[in-house]
Amino acid sequence: MRNAHLIHLLLGIGALALVGCEGEPPIDSYTAKKILVLGNSTEPQGLDPQIVTGVIESNIIRALFEGLCVEHPSKQGVHLPGVAETWQANDDFTEWTFHLRRDGKWSDGTPLTTEDFLFSYQRILHPDFGADYASMLYYIQGAEAYNKGEATDFSTVGVSAPDAYTLKISLKASIPFLPDLTKHYTWYPVPKHIILKHGAMEQRNTPWTEPENLVSNGAFVLKEWRLNDYIYAEKNPYYWDKHTVKLKGIRFLPISNQYTEARMFFNQQLHATYGLAPEMIEYAAGKYNEYLRQETYLGTNFIRFNVTDPALKDLRVRQALALSIDSQAIITHILKGGQKPAYGMVPPTEDYRTPQAVTFDPDRAKQLLEEAGYTGNKKLRVTLLSTDREVSKRLSEAYQDMWKKHLGVEVSIEQREWKTYLSRMSGLDYQLALGGWIGDYPDPTTFLDMWKTGDGNNRTGWSNQDYELLLAKAEQTKDPNQRLRILEQAEALFLSEMPIIPVYWYTTNYLLHTAVKGWHPLLLNNHPYKFVDLELLQN
Amino acid sequence: MSKETQQQPISKGHSLWSDAWLRLKKNKMAMASLVVLIIVGVLCFIVPAFSIIADPNTQDLNNTFLSPNSSNWLGTDQSGRDLLARLLYGGQISLLVGIVATTVSVIIGLVYGAIAGYAGGKTDSLMMRIVDILYGLPFLVLVILFSLLISEHAKELTDNLVTRWPEQEVFIKKFVNLVPLFIAIGALGWLTMARVARAQVLTLKKQEFVEAAVSLGLSHRRILLRHIMPNMLGPIIVYATLTVPGFVLTEATLSFLGLGVESPNSSWGILLSEGANYMETYPRLLVIPSITFCMTLLALNFLGDGLRDALDPKAAKD
Amino acid sequence: MLRTVISRLLQGIIVVFCLLLVTFMLVRLMPGDPFSGEKAHAAHIIEKNKERFHLDKSNSEQFVVYLGLLARGNLGDSPVKEQPVSKIIRHSFPASLILGIAGISIAILIGIPAGILSALRKNSYIDYSTMVVAMAGISIPSFVVAPLLAGHVATRIPFLKVAGWGDPFDWVLPALTLGLATAAYLARITRGGMLEVLNQDYIRTAHAKGVRPAVVVTKHAIRGGIIPAVAYIGPAFAMLITGSFIIETIFQVPGMGQHFVNATKDRDYFLLQGVVILFGVLIVFANLVADIVLAMLNPRIRA
Repeated sequence: MRNAHLIHLLLGIGALALVGCEGEPPIDSYTAKKILVLGNSTEPQGLDPQIVTGVIESNIIRALFEGLCVEHPSKQGVHLPGVAETWQANDDFTEWTFHLRRDGKWSDGTPLTTEDFLFSYQRILHPDFGADYASMLYYIQGAEAYNKGEATDFSTVGVSAPDAYTLKISLKASIPFLPDLTKHYTWYPVPKHIILKHGAMEQRNTPWTEPENLVSNGAFVLKEWRLNDYIYAEKNPYYWDKHTVKLKGIRFLPISNQYTEARMFFNQQLHATYGLAPEMIEYAAGKYNEYLRQETYLGTNFIRFNVTDPALKDLRVRQALALSIDSQAIITHILKGGQKPAYGMVPPTEDYRTPQAVTFDPDRAKQLLEEAGYTGNKKLRVTLLSTDREVSKRLSEAYQDMWKKHLGVEVSIEQREWKTYLSRMSGLDYQLALGGWIGDYPDPTTFLDMWKTGDGNNRTGWSNQDYELLLAKAEQTKDPNQRLRILEQAEALFLSEMPIIPVYWYTTNYLLHTAVKGWHPLLLNNHPYKFVDLELLQN
Repeated sequence: MSKETQQQPISKGHSLWSDAWLRLKKNKMAMASLVVLIIVGVLCFIVPAFSIIADPNTQDLNNTFLSPNSSNWLGTDQSGRDLLARLLYGGQISLLVGIVATTVSVIIGLVYGAIAGYAGGKTDSLMMRIVDILYGLPFLVLVILFSLLISEHAKELTDNLVTRWPEQEVFIKKFVNLVPLFIAIGALGWLTMARVARAQVLTLKKQEFVEAAVSLGLSHRRILLRHIMPNMLGPIIVYATLTVPGFVLTEATLSFLGLGVESPNSSWGILLSEGANYMETYPRLLVIPSITFCMTLLALNFLGDGLRDALDPKAAKD
Repeated sequence: MLRTVISRLLQGIIVVFCLLLVTFMLVRLMPGDPFSGEKAHAAHIIEKNKERFHLDKSNSEQFVVYLGLLARGNLGDSPVKEQPVSKIIRHSFPASLILGIAGISIAILIGIPAGILSALRKNSYIDYSTMVVAMAGISIPSFVVAPLLAGHVATRIPFLKVAGWGDPFDWVLPALTLGLATAAYLARITRGGMLEVLNQDYIRTAHAKGVRPAVVVTKHAIRGGIIPAVAYIGPAFAMLITGSFIIETIFQVPGMGQHFVNATKDRDYFLLQGVVILFGVLIVFANLVADIVLAMLNPRIRA
């Protein structure tokens, strides 16, 4: 039995090793080679920037591709040049001009020009391509109509290129934060010459993202992709700013079990984890504090109401349920990650003052419920749709307990696995449901647009014309401050009707090895790898 | 000759059962296991009926992860629930799943195998071929698929029942939701029982009392029910005792995958999979359920082996 | 012999077909579809995607289309992962194969000798302790053993990592976890088989004739005694390769076991069908090999 001998041999070596050396931490050899090793949750759906939709994919795509602008490594709201060297906008922020750098190249040496951008935007908006995230470009004039097949000529869409290095974008609204949008992968350029080599523009699932075919313009190129094993990206020799890039490569590991990931980090196998389970946060805060990172993350966790349900039609009922959630207790005892209790939908910033709609006020809640007619023996019974993911179970059990304790409401938890949960929520087949939303870009509209009538992410049945009028008005408002005030009004209107209960604003908790430099807290957690470095620590 | 038999009056006969019981009694491991199982049974099914055990579902977010103390003899879990209560009530559910699923598989397998064995010939061949084919199916995948499918309907049924009898909500939710597990696990695990039953029937068929029954003109059904099946009780008991732990383990695996018992109810599977998460931080939450789980399964396995040794004279000691 | 092999292979095709049919239908009966994601998508885009994967057709039509794909040697594409199913399987099969071989080797090397020893020293201290350990192996779920090994053993022995599949040392703990449970089963089965054989008349005859006990055991008893164990190894091997989901998750092994579970949860129809077909084929071959070995061991079984 060959394998028996192999195993005996290995065990023998292992025994010798026990007697012999200590073995250096595996991660140190990667640090010395300047290869960053990151935990990245699960296997990515793909690497085509115009097909994928998730954070996991964006972490990898960000290494391979670069947009018109690049995120500053530590300062929020500063736009560094990327593919574009300079850019200007008109006073309305509706007409933008980007000047591409002339030394921009793809990783096979081909020059990167506006032709690639026109191709890319047409591709993601092409009605036959079926891009799930095409709506990220709907701010461009005519984009939505083209995407929905109402317009068939791409020249009606507001992108044009007077020459190979000048890109003009016409927007249908005042968008002062367009540079932030260009940092999102849906706005990245893709190599026209490579994609067309493997199929038509609107053809999906072509092998152009295979390691041997993929050509990109970012700081790194795709070197290896073993499914469910690892993805390795290596420094791009054709990158315009390659002298800034200190890393030699990045390894992305799809570690789906959070505890395995934490164990691997403590066993010195990773530079950074993707996340951290709540009890691990406590544990790390005690013993491994120098590795623990707790940073604000742009997102909101909330509970959806199906406002079309008869039991929930009364606003007072919804308010009662909202006011009896003790977010702080949940954060302190369940989440343990420094999250913030949410009193509105949009996380507040310096400029945007989120309306204060929800607090923990059990007495007022009780009063409201009684006013709604639930007194004496009449009890409210509702169902809460939940999933089996992560802390969802514990959250739903905590809510159930709180509603019972403070309001005497009987809540039954309908725990469904992920796909069933999604399809029932989309079909409005629920009464209350757990939910959450991570922002795509740092502007309140990423949290407000989803509540428009018929938006696929609404899933509550809520609809209000005045709300949409306010959003439209904000779109057309040129003064940034004025615009934010109008958005605040819109949010206030939204919250006053309580189609959701905001519970907490996210933080991201993860472990970061002290050897990693140039990695700073960012609201969208979109660290530009070109500024990251690894330093072997002196023991 | 043991002292016992010497003192027995000669006229008293020894039935198969008392013989078996005597053999079993001599098997120390089996007897110890029996005691353990009785204790576990009492703790999980009888003790909770008296209100000395706390409610396993009441949370107390201010008192999470408490060490054992006077009000929580085993401490509390991650949501402040009493661990002892979750252990005992969880045991109810896990053992129930094991027992009911086993019963389902015994019934299906017994009927199927007995018919195959009794019928013989082409029918038998065909029926066992089907079993062979089914044996090749990946158990876990099918259990997952089945239970997901049945769950949807079970949940609708639960909702309807709760609307009709709201006071019984806790009871309904707890047990009706287990039905998909009973069915899925039992419906996929009957194959070995079928083989065992068939083998037994084939042996019994050749015995004289069956030939006698046939020549008397008794109907096949009567022969099967009245004469053959009662003689199969031994192997059935052994099989059942050895299957229960396997199914309890299946429930645990399903709970680990998030497909087993639902919140806020607990089962040993849920306690184990949640406890594994706290291995580094609060090991007590893993150690205590693990020991209980293993001890019970070990006891079931040893008892089953002991029963097999006791009921099968050829495998006896001397 | 050849005739049996061929007939078994033909039966095997039927087995795989039934397996495929059952899985195909069951997974499409479940609520949800491959395309629901956290961020919802416009209706027209979902329609496009459904068309691409023929999900807008009736189930029987889809089955026919799929059979057509198979006939051309194509396993289709995964709607969830946007990769050809054959590529996903190709990348995950090596790890599963290694894990399976290592696991079954450990199981055989530990389980069968333990079972033989227990049978020979029946009811002794060795017998009891071996059986207790064996039972314990069956009674502890792998999702408890695996983290324990990872957390407490890997951290204390250099060259062993808590997770990962980089060098051969990484094979040890996963294979051990996987193999020990099967070893426990094999030990019990071998013990049972050996006991049956040892009680047979021909063994007593050999003893009576004065044949040395060691010779009796090796020449006569083991050949017959391990038959039940060999019968179990076939399907056990196939199950090891495909049922290692928990090991893969905890030890970060890029194997196939995770595809079984995740494809079901994600409603990744084509990936699930692909791995189920592979599983069916493996089981058919494993059983065939086991039966051939059995026939060699026991001339009376030859069909």
